[in-house]
Amino acid sequence: MWGKRILALIILILAAGIGFFVYKSEQGPLPTHPFRLGLDLFGGSHLVYKADVSQVPGGEVSDSMDALRDVIERRVNLFGVSEPVVQVQGGGFISQGEHQLIVDLPGVTDLEKAIEMIGQTPLLEFKVEAPAGTPQKATVDEEGKIVLDVDSQFISTELTGRYLKKASLEFDPNTREPMISLQFDDTGTTLFAEITKENVGKIVAIYLDGAPISTPVVREEIPSGQAIISGSFTPTEAKQLVGRLNSGALPVPITLLSKQTIGATLGGSAVAAGVKAAIIGFLLVALFLILRYRLPGLVAVVSLCIFIAIMLSLFKLIPVTLTAAGIAGFIISMGIAVDANVLIFERVKEELRSGKTIADALPAGFSRAWLAIRDSNISSILASIILFWFGTSLIKGFALTLGMGVLVSMFSAITITRIFLSAINFLGEGKAARFLFLSGLSK
Amino acid sequence: MFIIEHKKIFLILSAVLVTLSIFSIFIFGIKVGIDFKGGALTEVAFLGERPAQNELEEGLKSSSFGPVLLQPTGEKGYLIKSRDLTEAEHAELLKILSSDGKNQLTETNFNSIGPSVGRELTRKAIIAVILVSLTIICFIAFAFRKVSRPVSSWKYGLIAVATLLHDVAIPVGIFVILSRLYGAELDTLFVVAVLTVLGLSVSDTIVIFDRIRENLKSQANLAKIDFSETVGRSLKQSFARSIATSLTVILVLLSLFFFGPASTKYFALMLTAGMFFGTYSSIFLASPLLVLVEERQKKK
Repeated sequence: MWGKRILALIILILAAGIGFFVYKSEQGPLPTHPFRLGLDLFGGSHLVYKADVSQVPGGEVSDSMDALRDVIERRVNLFGVSEPVVQVQGGGFISQGEHQLIVDLPGVTDLEKAIEMIGQTPLLEFKVEAPAGTPQKATVDEEGKIVLDVDSQFISTELTGRYLKKASLEFDPNTREPMISLQFDDTGTTLFAEITKENVGKIVAIYLDGAPISTPVVREEIPSGQAIISGSFTPTEAKQLVGRLNSGALPVPITLLSKQTIGATLGGSAVAAGVKAAIIGFLLVALFLILRYRLPGLVAVVSLCIFIAIMLSLFKLIPVTLTAAGIAGFIISMGIAVDANVLIFERVKEELRSGKTIADALPAGFSRAWLAIRDSNISSILASIILFWFGTSLIKGFALTLGMGVLVSMFSAITITRIFLSAINFLGEGKAARFLFLSGLSK
Repeated sequence: MFIIEHKKIFLILSAVLVTLSIFSIFIFGIKVGIDFKGGALTEVAFLGERPAQNELEEGLKSSSFGPVLLQPTGEKGYLIKSRDLTEAEHAELLKILSSDGKNQLTETNFNSIGPSVGRELTRKAIIAVILVSLTIICFIAFAFRKVSRPVSSWKYGLIAVATLLHDVAIPVGIFVILSRLYGAELDTLFVVAVLTVLGLSVSDTIVIFDRIRENLKSQANLAKIDFSETVGRSLKQSFARSIATSLTVILVLLSLFFFGPASTKYFALMLTAGMFFGTYSSIFLASPLLVLVEERQKKK
């Protein structure tokens, strides 16, 4: 019997440790394991794109979707968003072969900017001087000045940003001005060598997004595949451009299907309301358990506290992205978690009434309630699995917290409660003990 | 047991409620949210005084994105429903609402869903409902595979399914009336609520059937069994715990409804109704039905 008591003590200490971890990891300016809040609670943007994979050969679709995700992820990271989520979804039976890309940007409420940033493809081109004698085009602007059309003086080459291996930011050692160093891949190096060889003494214009940003004069052939763009960049501009060049072009075209922004204030009040509902829900359940089941009810409340500590720490450690629906799932799982206790205690009560001693009634109650507990939990778990699979992110959050809740409760409501109840059997079989184990609120 | 003795009353009550629910669905119809049909929902809050609704409606008439629906929300906000908007149209909408920047506002929520996304979600929802129902039917069949006399196990399964339909139909009927009165719309969370009700309410029925199963087994001589007496006794033994288990869930659901976030209010209400009728039906519908089936069987 002392073994059970020591075990119960160990569980209590462990649970206190978990509870302390949950509390401690939420403190301070930089919590080590903060709860991860979903967009609807934190505020932010949610974008769904459709990827057009019709031009991609069948076997390579999943690879090109992964490549797409990587490119978008790099672009999003450039934006400095904390914990963005970029995921690929679809294909196959459920979504009728439609491939979607889902981008979650917590804290970004400027939709226009976000969409622009994701859709932007930097177009890098190298152009050479048009042959002599090409007629100069010019237009007269509104103020009557003659403007030369520079573009007509250059013709495109095969060399584009496609052949770029890497771009990096450097500073001119003399002027300290930022410049961008380009390194081409093998094909690009050959092309660049050819272009520079044929155009010694002439201008090779570097175009970005259709506008010339740098028009250096070639002095000699460059066989190394390296080029430098020195425009009048600010360091920030140069850094962004390097990032954009490195993130590359999209492997598949995408179109925006749906978009959502949630203001941060709305999210904040939803969190507060969720916490309030959870606390009140817990108090109501605790009150009910103690009024109806007395001492075992109190033990069940302790188990419920352990259940909550385990759940919250799992949310932090896995981590689970909490949405309003996820919080709802957690709150409901508190109600379901004590179901097993209710089934057991009602059974124990019955056994006591039929004349058994407390020592006999407890194990009988546990073993006879097991079938019903198993069956009802299986149906909840099955429903959660299907919901999780059905899920948009909103529903996944609900199914995940509910399913986890049911699983954890099997441990907290059965194993832990049982250990605690057998640890307090020193009360004996007297009248007082029977009073504590029989329930209130009913005959 | 009075429930078994007066089973006709309870069966008729359930039948009336279900019929009313189905009628209300057909008469009022279900308002579908933008999750499923596509469209845009914009929610703004004005920093100063909220402009009059008819002024804004006048301004929105000249917009390029067709008819819009304007609803006041909160103290200083409006909710605008329209077809799905491009970024340019979205900007135009905000410009009109702020009267070209004269009335400062913040956008608290904007959601634009293309029709193809809605179609896909509808498909998924239908598949999920079918799958959950099938899984639960299989599960019931499995749980009652060993009970076969005097009522065969597939009849238990059939009754459990009928009870489930009852548990889903009544909350949906309530929702239709709510949607009529308060403009609630059928969204993703509604489907989740229905599926969760399916999962939770079946367990209640199982708890009681489980007791009947146990009591039947403990009787040595099957020929002597008074079936309706056994069912009545099982009900008496288990209705307290059946109510108690549901009550704990209903307590947290009510707390979620009254104090929880606005976005899950209808969700909590749907689940509360589902849990309530799930418990009601496992006591007042499933067991009386079982006795009715057995009586019919005997008459043959």
